[in-house]
Formats: sequence, C-alpha cells, structure tokens
Amino acid sequence: MGLVQKIVTWSRIKSPWIIHFNTGACNACDIEIIAALTPRYDLERFGVQLKGTPRHADVLVCSGPVTRQIKSRLRRIYDQMPEPKFVVAVGTCACTGGVFDGCYSVESGIDKVIPVSAYIPGCPASPKAIIDGVVKLLTSLEDKEDKKK
Amino acid sequence: MHKVVIPIGPQHPALKEPESFSVTLSGEKIMKFSARLGYNHRGIEKACEERTYIQDVYLTERICGICSHSHSTCFVQAVEEIAGADIPKRALYIRTLVGELERIHSHLLWLGVAGHEVGFDTLLMYTWRDREVVMDILAMLTGNRVNYGINTIGGVRRDVTAEQGKAILKAMDTLEERTNYYIQIATKETTLIQRLSGVGLLSNKDALKLGAVGPTARASGVDRDVRRDDPYAAYAEVKFKVITDNHNDVYGRTLVRVGELLETYKIIRQIIKKMPEGPLTVKVPRKIPAGEAVSRYEAPRGEDMHYVKSNGTEKPDRVKVRAPTLANIQTVAKMLEDRQLADLPIVIAAIDPCFSCTDRLTGIRHAGKRSKSVLKWEELHAYSIRHYREHGIDFAELNKKMRKALK
Repeated sequence: MGLVQKIVTWSRIKSPWIIHFNTGACNACDIEIIAALTPRYDLERFGVQLKGTPRHADVLVCSGPVTRQIKSRLRRIYDQMPEPKFVVAVGTCACTGGVFDGCYSVESGIDKVIPVSAYIPGCPASPKAIIDGVVKLLTSLEDKEDKKK
Repeated sequence: MHKVVIPIGPQHPALKEPESFSVTLSGEKIMKFSARLGYNHRGIEKACEERTYIQDVYLTERICGICSHSHSTCFVQAVEEIAGADIPKRALYIRTLVGELERIHSHLLWLGVAGHEVGFDTLLMYTWRDREVVMDILAMLTGNRVNYGINTIGGVRRDVTAEQGKAILKAMDTLEERTNYYIQIATKETTLIQRLSGVGLLSNKDALKLGAVGPTARASGVDRDVRRDDPYAAYAEVKFKVITDNHNDVYGRTLVRVGELLETYKIIRQIIKKMPEGPLTVKVPRKIPAGEAVSRYEAPRGEDMHYVKSNGTEKPDRVKVRAPTLANIQTVAKMLEDRQLADLPIVIAAIDPCFSCTDRLTGIRHAGKRSKSVLKWEELHAYSIRHYREHGIDFAELNKKMRKALK
C-alpha cells in the first residue's frame, strides 16, 4: 500500500464523517443518535462528526423501517456518497421492520434497499448501543486493513 | 424580480426528518411556501385495525418517539372510555408523572434544536446535557429511555417507589436551577433576543383561524390548554398556570416553553406529594364492547386527539390520530409570508414539528384511472354500511343491542 493510501485509510478510521437519515422512523432512534453526539455520550471523541450532505460522508446512519415514499431517496443518497461507504442501521425497525413489519407502506428493513454494514437493534437503540456499534464497525475496518497488509 | 423555486428536503441539513418543502423566492424574500408531507407515512392507523388493543398500545407509542407517552395515553384513554373502565387513582397519577417528565425532555430538546438552528450550538450542548437528567429518571421509572411502555389498558405497568420519588424531587431541583439559567439567557442575551424577535409572526387572529395548538398558539395569546380545559389523568387535582405570551413570534414561543418547564416542575412535585396508595390496574376484558370515543391529550407540542371505534371484537374497527404538528404546520406558511429565506429553519423549528406524528394522510388513486375519485359523505356512509354488512357487522343491530343494554 502506498503512503498516500495509508494516510487516507488511517484518517478514514480515525475520523469517520457520518450523515444521519431518517427513513421513516418514529424519531426515537433519531433523538438517541443526537444524544450519542452530545456531551454525556460524546461520539465525537472517536472522531465521528455529523455532516449535512451525503457527498461529505463516509457512514450513512439510518433509522426507520424505510417507507415506500422514502425508498428512492434513500437509494439516491446512498449513490451520492463517495466510496468506500458504510451503512449503519440503527434500531429494530431499521434492522427488520420491528413493530411496523407488515404495514402496507414499509419495506421492513434498510437491507431490503441498500447493503448494510452494521445492525444496532433496540427500540430505540440506546446511545451506549450506538457507540458500541460504531466502534465495532471501525474496529472491523482496522482488522480488514491489517489483513490486507 | 425573477422568481426562483427552491426545493428543501427530504434530506436537508436544516431538517431533522424527511419532509419536502417548496419555497418560491423573489430575491431573498419568500413568496410562497408549501409543504409536502408523507415521507414518514407508515400506515399506523391501518395497522392498528389489524392488531389487538394491547398490541396497539405499543404501536401507538411508536407513532412518535418524542411524545410517545402522549400518544399511548391518548389511545388508552379512548379505549378505557369505551370499555367503561374505572382507572385506579394511583395509575392516573403515574401517567401524569411520566407525561410531565416527557414534557421536560421534549421542551429541553426543543430549546437545544432552536439554539442549533440559529447557530447557537452551545445551547444545544447545554440543554442536551441537562436533558440526560430526565432521561435517567425515565429510564429508572420505566426501564427505557424513550418509548416507555408504562401504559396498559386499565392502568400502568410499573409502580413508583418512595426512593424513586426522592430521586425525582432531587432531579427537579437540579433542573429548576438550570431552567432559571436558560430563562436568564432567553431574557438577557441580546444576540438571541434580536435573532428571535419579530421572526415567524403569527397574530392572535391567524392562530385562531388556522387552528394552531400548544405552545405555538399560546405564544400568540391563545389561552388554551387541554390539561386545564378538559382535565384528564390527575390534572384536575394539581395546581398550575397556563403560560401564554403576546410576543406572537419565535421569541414568544421560547418564553412559553421555558415557562412551561417551570410549571411542569411544580406539577411533578405536587404529584409526588399527593400520590395516593392503591392498585395499579383494573381488569379490562380483551374484547371491547362496540362503541366509539374521542380522547384529547395536551402533548408537549399541543393538543393530540385520538378517535377509536370498536366493534365488540378484540381489534379496533378504526383508529384516527390527529397529531399536534398537523394542526400547526398550516401556520408555517403564514409565518413565512414575505420573510427572509434565512428565517426558514428557525420558523419551522419553532412549531417543534414532529413529522412522524403528522404523516397520517394518503390520497387514494384508482389504478388505471387518472383522476382522484372523491366520495360524497352520503356515498361514503352507504359504502361503509355495505362494507361492514359484507363483513358480518351490522351497526343497526348493534345499536339496538346497545340501547337495550343501556335500558
């Protein structure tokens, strides 16, 4: 691996930028994601920063069972993100559809629309679980990089 | 000047939820504002009809994660009214307690988001730190930080112990001190006052005409609060003031919400002091007798309304939800008329929108047909009678039976 590539990988793992997208959630997971970013839990100590546009983000954090209305938008946002990109599904709804499974306007899970790298269950997923999930995702990336070497 | 139409959303840094707005601009001035709802539509009302009443309690809780207790209480109240259940006092007190704790967390959350929208991120970090105090209390009482699952048909599922009561009172003291600090910021900090004053004006007349509810209406001098006007749970037995304000702008809405926080602490202290002993639940049959009821609840964002119609089975016949944001979203267009584009995020945030609550509407379009068909009221009525007869339910018969039973 070239030196430039090494630096890029290192910085990607040390400071992943995330974008949060509500795909039809009830807001519970969303407020827990923001709670994870604010002082008590403070995800920023792992270099995680919330961004406003998909074009700046490495990780797409989704909450919600994916409603039919939002499906095409979710795809579009995923396509707009630069490679390599990762998707984290926060909450039971985002993982499997949860209580909304079987409703006429939901797709029951992010992975029905786009590939998902990490699942964080819970209704809603607590900030502690979200931090755990994000750290596990980052560690798995580190392992992958080690294996490549 | 040349007009420009700007689409905002469904994904936009200023929006926390997927909603789409279309803003027509002339220069920087907003000429027209229209909202397109529905991205969060999950079909909860229909899903309620396919699940049992007990399952619906948990489903209605997930209409909105921020005011989850509001929705579940509102639903449970309607069902209990149909069933004619007499809820134990202690259960009503615990419902009120959790409802008020929820109001604290929601208002603190709003204060932070409002700060964020005007570029005052320090306020966001401060309020969200203090909000964790309430979240800990809620987790201690109910076992979950959000979506508490404390309501059940006929009462509540968990008791409040004496130690928990003490912990709540202690937390209230901490929060009151912090809230007084926020009041100081809101009333003395010049930059904040200047940014919020005169933004998103909604006159008293317009608030009434557009049917605004909650803090949005109260900041325009509309003295309305379901907790006082139509008391439910234990609100008839506690003393509190309804905060109103005549600023008519975002600044007024901030003052109302911060003022409500102080009233909420008072209510919680009274509840803990007065909480009667007794059972937590009464038994309510799984099959709810035929009937209908409307229930009202003052959610943190305003009046929430649930309509439940039962048909004598264990599943409801129809559930209708009118969430507060649906009433308030109409006012945003009025507030933004002739205003600057830069005011848009804070004006939208000032009604404390919750689109998860709101997205209940669907238009029906026949496949193959281009036009939307509209049924007249009589046709709809006849259609519904026909539909239920086909499904073996005859309301005329049921009504006769009810009348007999009532005699």
